[in-house]
Amino acid sequence: MDLQALWLTLRLATTTTILLLAIGIPLAYWLASARSRLRPIVEAITTLPILLPPTVLGFYLLVLLGPHTAFGRLTSRLLGHPVAFSFSGLIIGSVLYSLPFAVQPLTAGFRAIDAALIEQGRLLGAGRLRILTGVFLPLSVHSVVAASALCFTHTVGEFGVVLMIGGDIPGTTRTLSIAIYDQVQEFSYSAANRTSLLLVCISACALILLYTRRARVGAPHA
Amino acid sequence: MPDIRIRHCLSHFSLDTEFSLENQWTVIFGPSGAGKTTLLRVIAGLEEPASGRIQLGGRILLDTANGISVPAGRRSIGYVTQQPALFPHLTARENVAFGIRHLDRDRRAKRVAEMLRLFGAEAIADHPAPHLSGGERKRVALARALGPAPELLLLDEPLAGLDDASAQDILSRLLSLKVHVLYVSHDLAEIWRMPAAVIFLESGRVTAVGPLREVLATHRERLLRQLSV
Repeated sequence: MDLQALWLTLRLATTTTILLLAIGIPLAYWLASARSRLRPIVEAITTLPILLPPTVLGFYLLVLLGPHTAFGRLTSRLLGHPVAFSFSGLIIGSVLYSLPFAVQPLTAGFRAIDAALIEQGRLLGAGRLRILTGVFLPLSVHSVVAASALCFTHTVGEFGVVLMIGGDIPGTTRTLSIAIYDQVQEFSYSAANRTSLLLVCISACALILLYTRRARVGAPHA
Repeated sequence: MPDIRIRHCLSHFSLDTEFSLENQWTVIFGPSGAGKTTLLRVIAGLEEPASGRIQLGGRILLDTANGISVPAGRRSIGYVTQQPALFPHLTARENVAFGIRHLDRDRRAKRVAEMLRLFGAEAIADHPAPHLSGGERKRVALARALGPAPELLLLDEPLAGLDDASAQDILSRLLSLKVHVLYVSHDLAEIWRMPAAVIFLESGRVTAVGPLREVLATHRERLLRQLSV
């Protein structure tokens, strides 16, 4: 078992999930409540990673974060090292790739909230932030849990984006899914089997926890 | 004295009203589809009219000609609808406290207790909102709307669906309040005993204004005909 890859994968999935909640909650709130003409465009952009092949996303990120673009040079200077083929690069790639898995359940949960409750919040003097923290979030706990579980498991199982942006550097960018690929290349099928089984267990546990909670709470949907 | 002038045009409906609330209690009476709820929503600041002016005391809440529109939460208006939208994740006490977060903890707790007592809801203070009965929800919704001490209380058929005893009890508690009340109803029996002025609204227009009994006596035939449509 590649414990280094396991630790790296868990760190990556946890960091990505936290960042996606921090980005996804305000974004979903805006999508659920704004009347802007930009809304369909923003919604389409946040959904795009579901349809894009991971290698395409990874390729563009590699180009964008590389030394030949102003953005790449700026991020390198800020972080003190090139972003491509680093753990920071993996995080950026994972956040973009799993963005729809955070935004979609959160937006669906926020949109399901009775408009009369939001109006009462406004009438009682609550501003946008208080309506988010005092009405939307407490009534969408299940959506937040669903978004967290989906982001975590999706990041744990990433391959294409991770390989393109991070390569295969042990201890830095070699995640469990890359380790499986390496093990198969080396004809170590029993090792690949153990690592694959671990990935199946992590994903299954997250989903069982999610559905157990849903059954207990009785929520109709994510 | 609240002074209201509103012109509100929607694709399927237009509202054109002008009136002052001279009495403490004013009933807006009219058939379904007359625009009663829309009128309340515009006054509350939940809908923007095409044009209009609303003045409450010395404050201008809406003046479309001069680009003034005070947000709903700063209008000092309480609004209780037929379906009281209590926050389901909070208790009755927490619901009432929601609108008075600016008060310090002691004053807030005192005000919440006072409001719940006013509507006979002290015993259910710690009950979660989803566990309350229909009548209890209305009491808590009224207590919540009055928590921030609004200058005007908008009530949209607040007693609909209650048994007579509960409706009478809540109404007598409401009548003891010292706040301007704009009360929407289409139930003659409910408003008959109210010491109120009445505004009769038909198809978005005020067609009669005056003391309740006078208007009802003068326009009795027409009112009954309209209400039975």
